Amino acid sequence: MNNLETAAHPETLRRVAIEPITRVEGHGKVTLLLDEDDHVLRVRLHIVEFRGFEEVIRGRPYWEIPVMVQRLCGICPVSHHLAASKALDQIVGADKLTPTAEKLRRLMHYGQILQSHALHFFHLSSPDLLFGFSSEVAKRNIVGVAAAYPDVARQGILLRKYGQEVIRHTAGKRVHGTGSVPGGVNKNLSLAERDELLKDIYQIIGWCRAAVQIARQLFEQNLAEYNAFGRFDAHSLSLIRADGAMDLYHGGLRASEAGLPGAGKTIFDHVDYNHYWEQISEEVKSWTYMKFPFLRALGPEHGWYRVGPLARVTQCDFIPTPLAEKERQQFLAFDAGSAAGSTLGYHWARMIEMLHAAEVIKELLHDTDLQGNDLVTTGERQERGVGIIEAPRGTLIHHYRVDEHDQVIRANLIVSTTHNNQAMNEAVRQVARQYIDGRKLTEGLLNHIEVAVRAFDPCLSCATHALGKMPLQVELLAADGERIDLLTRGACDAEPSCC
Amino acid sequence: MSAAPPILIIGIGNPSRGDDALGPLLIERLQTLQLPGVELLTDFQLQVEYALDLQDRLQVIFVDASVNTQPPFTFTPVYATEDDSFSSHALSPGAVLHAYRKLLGAPPASAVLAIRGEAFELGESLSDTAARNLEAAIEWLSHSLGEALGQARDLQPIAWAKVAEADQNAA
Repeated sequence: MNNLETAAHPETLRRVAIEPITRVEGHGKVTLLLDEDDHVLRVRLHIVEFRGFEEVIRGRPYWEIPVMVQRLCGICPVSHHLAASKALDQIVGADKLTPTAEKLRRLMHYGQILQSHALHFFHLSSPDLLFGFSSEVAKRNIVGVAAAYPDVARQGILLRKYGQEVIRHTAGKRVHGTGSVPGGVNKNLSLAERDELLKDIYQIIGWCRAAVQIARQLFEQNLAEYNAFGRFDAHSLSLIRADGAMDLYHGGLRASEAGLPGAGKTIFDHVDYNHYWEQISEEVKSWTYMKFPFLRALGPEHGWYRVGPLARVTQCDFIPTPLAEKERQQFLAFDAGSAAGSTLGYHWARMIEMLHAAEVIKELLHDTDLQGNDLVTTGERQERGVGIIEAPRGTLIHHYRVDEHDQVIRANLIVSTTHNNQAMNEAVRQVARQYIDGRKLTEGLLNHIEVAVRAFDPCLSCATHALGKMPLQVELLAADGERIDLLTRGACDAEPSCC
Repeated sequence: MSAAPPILIIGIGNPSRGDDALGPLLIERLQTLQLPGVELLTDFQLQVEYALDLQDRLQVIFVDASVNTQPPFTFTPVYATEDDSFSSHALSPGAVLHAYRKLLGAPPASAVLAIRGEAFELGESLSDTAARNLEAAIEWLSHSLGEALGQARDLQPIAWAKVAEADQNAA
């Protein structure tokens, strides 16, 4: 079977571009090459990668970095804030944070997981999931959800708002927070702040449980389609706690082979992430500036993998909170494990993680260490620091070198979406085979491509560091480049506030 | 719980992208004035939960950089609009108002203060032109907030809203 990455004589084929991908964070483009009978011969997800942010960081004093890197992304700044802080902990020699500092950071991180997952499920994906991938485009948005499912829309907003309140109380501000610093944190959680968050946490957990059931019901109602949609086998990568539990803040690296959960063997486990490059390398392809990470042990052709909720939920040994663990077991057992290997399984896994995040927040709010005053620790100054965290979208790597003048002289960031680059391409190709091949193109069919990309919740802003908004255009071009048809979904506003 | 301040001003933009910092910078400047009756927020982009921040406000002002507006700035009303930004990571002010209307009812009177920007490259600082436009916008907004907020500590939001409306009509 053609792998759809390359095609013979592409100059003779019709080109269809879906640009940009909507309802993902940032901008991407999918191009399809079709022959005269509408058979798909090549599919590529293009992401332009400028890697500009590392240049901006270089030369800055290291203590500025945890605040500065939040400007990478308007949707998950806390993940960058914490990954950078973890790397800079090593620079200041803070081998072990104080209990107050580590728990404050965890609270901040799980607040971020909660709000990010709520945004993605309720506002970016639920229109597709609740109305159908080919439903009326005018209805396929959050306003349509608000009209048809007002409780779902309202809960989604309130879940996101709650996560942001957790961030505000731990980071000091709702955005551009300063709470995490090299070696610890700069504030604790006051009793008043704790009580304000405690007041709503049980309602939040209830809504998260309901959200998991929505995800499950969607699978039950559309079993054959959901299981097959964009399905492919992939290895998995994530952090894992020393006892095998899911831990989104810290752990060693685990990679597992493709296959049903529990069936694939571990490729490496509990690897110290300070030498991540000994396990992970990046391949460059001529048709895109975005790199393709792979596991060194398996090589670029077979070593690509997926990260994020599906990888984490399926390869951890257990989730260390009771409600989420129960849901994880049901997810893995559902339809003999088929949902756990499907691309749309990302949505279900994401909701399980959101429930886990709410449970962790509840546990932490009852921990009196959060009111401690021992906030920062230091040790022997180091030149190099690596911080890895499980961001909402997957494994996020920050790596810095700092000179004797405290200036950053080298920075390398590998964001979650870059890890998922090949996996997203595979999903798109599968969907093209399943839904596009041999058919006349319609907006509904093309939306299937976008549904596949959105399942990964890619943050193309981080991955590309790109600026600019364009209307969604689908161009049908003849072999000589002449435009045969043009479908425009509508122009975005022209205000350049894209992160 | 104390009532929400009647005026909400939201600055939108990324401080690390040149003139995109106009919105956050205006908010920073207003913060130093400690305006009574005014709440200030800033973010990279609007998302749907901002609809909740609009509750119980007399007026909401969205401040953003724009490459399309007339220099130095424009101040125009904005209404609930069902636009394409609903399918994006960054909602337009009109889309936030539309979400508010669907979820909570009639939204508060709202306006966009669009400040003209020129360059939006990553890592760049504010351009000279944008800096001048920012000063003009701050001067106008301060005037509209009641000339000298230091003198008028008991800000009358309804009167303030009328001032803003009058300026907008004059423009």
